[in-house]
Formats: sequence, C-alpha cells, structure tokens
Amino acid sequence: MTGYLIRRVGQALVVVLGVMIITFIMIHLEPGSAARAYLGVKATPSRIAEFNATYGLNESLPRQFLSYLNHLLHANFGISYYYQEPVSTLIAQRIPSDIFLVGTSSVLAVIIALPMGIYQAVRRNSLSDNLLTSVTFTLYSMPDFFFAFLLIALFAIQLHWLPPGFVQNQNSSLSLLGILAEPTALILPVTLLTFTSISSWSRFMRSSAIDTLTQDFIKVVRAKGLPERLVLSRHVLRNSSLTIITLLGLSLPSVVVGAVITEYVFNYPGLGLLFLDAATEHDFPILMASELIIGVATVVGNLAADVAYGALDPRIRHGV
Amino acid sequence: MASSTEAGAPLTGEAQATVGAAATPAGGEIHTTGSGRLTLSAFAHNRQAQVGIGLVVSIALFCFVGPFVYHTNQGTSGLNLLNENLPPGTGHPLGTDQYGYDILGRLMVGGQSSLELGFAVAMATSVIGTLYGAIAGLAPRWIDGVMMRVLDALLAVPSLVLLLILVNIFTPNLFMIITLLTLLSWLVVARLVRGEVLSLRIRDYVHASRMMGGRTWRILNRHMLPNAIGVVIVNATFTISDSIYTLSALSFLGLGLPPPASDWGTMLSDGITYLYDGYWWMVYPPAIILILTVIGFNLIGDALRDSLDVRLQRR
Repeated sequence: MTGYLIRRVGQALVVVLGVMIITFIMIHLEPGSAARAYLGVKATPSRIAEFNATYGLNESLPRQFLSYLNHLLHANFGISYYYQEPVSTLIAQRIPSDIFLVGTSSVLAVIIALPMGIYQAVRRNSLSDNLLTSVTFTLYSMPDFFFAFLLIALFAIQLHWLPPGFVQNQNSSLSLLGILAEPTALILPVTLLTFTSISSWSRFMRSSAIDTLTQDFIKVVRAKGLPERLVLSRHVLRNSSLTIITLLGLSLPSVVVGAVITEYVFNYPGLGLLFLDAATEHDFPILMASELIIGVATVVGNLAADVAYGALDPRIRHGV
Repeated sequence: MASSTEAGAPLTGEAQATVGAAATPAGGEIHTTGSGRLTLSAFAHNRQAQVGIGLVVSIALFCFVGPFVYHTNQGTSGLNLLNENLPPGTGHPLGTDQYGYDILGRLMVGGQSSLELGFAVAMATSVIGTLYGAIAGLAPRWIDGVMMRVLDALLAVPSLVLLLILVNIFTPNLFMIITLLTLLSWLVVARLVRGEVLSLRIRDYVHASRMMGGRTWRILNRHMLPNAIGVVIVNATFTISDSIYTLSALSFLGLGLPPPASDWGTMLSDGITYLYDGYWWMVYPPAIILILTVIGFNLIGDALRDSLDVRLQRR
C-alpha cells in the first residue's frame, strides 16, 4: 500500500508539472505578448516595454517557466496585473467561500442522492421511479444557467422571497464572513448546485444499486432473515456508494475552484468569479495559479477516490 | 478495472474510467450481445431509443429543412429595427429578438450551428481518441505508460477554464470552437478504447488470429475495432449533447458565436438578459428546444449503452 501510494504521488507530481507546462504554453500562444493583451491595442511601445520589464516577460519562455517554478517553490504565485496584489492573497481570501458553497451543496446532494438512488433501485420501473427519473433527466439535460434563471424568475422576481444574488459594495468584504452576512442570498446558489449534483449522482446511484441488488450476497443476507432496512443500509448502501466516491473525487476540483457559472449568475465572490474576471482581463498570473490549483485538486481527488475504494471494498487491492 | 489488471497494466486512473462499473469487480469486462444485429434489434425495441431518435430526427428536420419552408431574413442587411422585441403574433409566430430577427427562423439557423458543432466534435473526438487509445493499448508497456500519463495530465487540465482562456484570446467562430472542444474531449474516448483493446488483446480469438499469422493491423481492424466501436458510439452520442451544452455555457458567459451567427445557447442567454423586461418568448423557445435536443441525445446514448450492456463512464 505504501509503495503504491508513493508511486501514485510521484506520478501525480509529473502530471501536475505537465498541466503547468500545457497551461504555460497555452497562455503564451497568444499572438502578441501578455502586455499587449493586458494593456490593450492602444498601448505605447514604451509602456509595453515597462510592463514586460516589470513582470519579467523579456526572458525566453523556458527561462520564464523556470523562474515561475522557482517562485512557486517559495509559495509565490506572482502579482496580479489587474489587482496589483499577490495572487496568493487573492486566492487565499476566496478559497474558504468556495469550500463553503460547493462543500455545503455537495454534502446536501449526497444526503439526498444516496437514499434517492437506492429507493429508485428498490422500486425500479414503478411510477415513483419513473417520475424521479424523468425529473432528474430533465434537470440533467438543462443548462445550469437556465435552471438558475428559473430559480431567480420564480423566487426573486415573482415571489420576492429571496434576493437574486449577492450585493457587493465597497464596504462589503469579499471573504467568507462577508458572504455569511447575506444568508438569504446563499439559498439560491446552494439550491442550484445541490440539484445539479443530485441530477447526475442519483442516476449513477440508481444503476449501481440495481447492480448490487442482483448480487448473490444480497440473496444470502435476505435468506438469513436480515430485515430489509438493514439489508439496504448495511449492504446495498456500502457497496453502491463506491460510485459516489468516484464522483465526489472527480468533483473535488470544483469544491476548490467553485462553480464558474453559479458564481457568475449569483455574483458570488469565489475563485470561479475571480478566475472568470482574470480570463476577461488577461490577468495571466491568476490564470496560471487557478489552473495549477485545479490541476492539483483533480489529481488529489482521483488519488483520494482510489484510496477510498480500497478502504471501502477489500476486493479492490492496490499495487500489482 | 479487472480487465486492466489482468492485462498487467497499472491500475492508475482506470478507476475513474469505470465510474458505473465500480460496484462490480468484473466491471471492466465488456459483454457485447455477440453480434451487432442483436444489439441493433435490442436498441430498436427500446422505448428510450425510440423517443430519443424521434426527438433528434424531428429537431434535425426542423433546423435543416425548416428554412426551405419558412423563409425569414437571418442575414445582416435589411433588418427592420422597428421589428425589435415583438411579442408572438401574426407574421412572427414566436416573436422577434433584440435585433429584429424572427425567433422561429433564428431557432432553425441557431440549431444548425448547434447540431453541426455536436456532430463535428463527436466525429473528430471518436477518430482521434480511437487511434490514440488503440495505439496505446497495443504498444509495448512503457510506451503505453507514457501515453497514459500524457492523457492524465491533459485530463487534469480543466476544460471550461481552458476554453475560457482560449476563447478570450482568439475571437471565436464555429470552426474554432469545434477544434477546441475536440482537443478537450477526445481524452475520454482514448481511455475507453485503450481499456477495450487491453481486454480484447488477451481474448482467445485474438490469440488465434495472431497464431495464424495475422498482422497487428489486421487484428486491430478485423477484431478489435468492431468490438470497441460500441463504447465509441455511446460516448460520441454523449459528446454531442455535451458539446451543445458547453457551447451554450460559453455563450452565456458572453464568449459564444458573434452575430449574425447564432446558436441556441446564445439565443437563450440573450433572452435571459431581458429577464426583467418580461420578454418570455426570447427565453423559453430556445431553452425548450435546447433541452429537448440534449434529452434526445442522452436518451439515445443511454439506450445504446443498455443494448451494448456496456457500463461506461459518464462524465
């Protein structure tokens, strides 16, 4: 197991380095330099030269990459062109908000999707199963921004129950505390993310629970006379939740970086929004950092899911 | 998963390629119904498949044949600005949008780019992914290892994020978005095909063919690709709906196709900006047709997967 972990972490490091190289190349693919993209077409040559000198963009690409890596090792993500603040500060300020938003909705989604999938599997092809399947299928096929629109149209515009998004002014803080100061504005984004996760997770859960229910060991525990409640909670739930573990692992990047569309719709000041603004502003240091964070989160999520497999299901043993 | 371990390949990453199969130890094994004809007949008798194909065919007819029946001005010249934001009525069954385009006609034109995008991306990803996956599956182990690590790195690059960067840097047109989406979505196909090839490689009939002197290319063409094509087609179906969906998300973020080109996502997000004006006819028609199309392709994909009895990863 230890050898397996070491090998996986080693591979993960290579993968993350690869992600960084790809992103770095992508960002510098741009016709013209970062300076022109950031300063605009009207920038004077002297202004561009000054910009390039400030951010070390005169060096060759490999050299720039190496110095970027060197800064990284000192926990320095560079200075944002747009905000003129260290990228690490900007990101550290926003990560808690994302963990809160996506974490809350993921937990809610698991709490609802797990029993829902098992219920559908037990009652498969009944009226209630078909009804739930239709609803989740429609939700799943709906662009999330349209679902957000429906929520806003109903709860904010028609009923006036909830605010359509977060209000930001100069006094409001961008940190998690600032967000928690507007608790009613949190309801719609959390609902949106919860329902989008449920719509895909419950489908996986249903099919995986159907698989589990046909296994022989379920027949055995039923034959032993175990109450159905325990059959479902001890055996079906545990065996089918492997699927959810994978999905949770795959969704780790979004826990860290937030959900770009949701944050955009509801003006939620998380990393997703920071990132989107950085993309429009050509703020490359932020883009690089975001890609790096998402890359690491993806790799860690996969690794965590694989390790969790082994813990939950002894039949899956790691290391060949 | 089981299949890849049998073939002596590292388990890495394979776990995530078999989301649906995780619960059964033999999940990685693919049981096709034996002959393609059986699969087809199972597919044709599947209610989901019938509904899905019905939806997709009628929408495709609407988009590509519709403009010959229902003539509207969808160009840049001769637009009457007095026709802006008209509610549904005579002359404009679904009203007009903020530029004065007739919405029913716009749905057809927008649908053409949405569907073209979906099909183009699905075709391109299938070809590239199949080639890459087949080569990795048949190559010596160290080459396979390198190719898979490259795939892992590419998979760890978040696609929406990368699209945002690139679309911001270059002005988008349909061809460019097709290229970008292809570059971002062939990875899953490659992984699936490699898994298939690895499990097929040790089947008896492949051994037999090899013993009779069959060359690698012949084995690949005659024995492996026909068997692996099922997962590729299922994945292609989902790729179509995913691409249409992604394009709509891009459009919503203001990074879609610029006018006079259009797609359903752009129409929908344009309509949503008029949310407070109550122009409901700009929102619901594109939303409904977009959702129906995605549902249609998802239904077909689900039905195909059921009839192939393949449990493959759904991203």
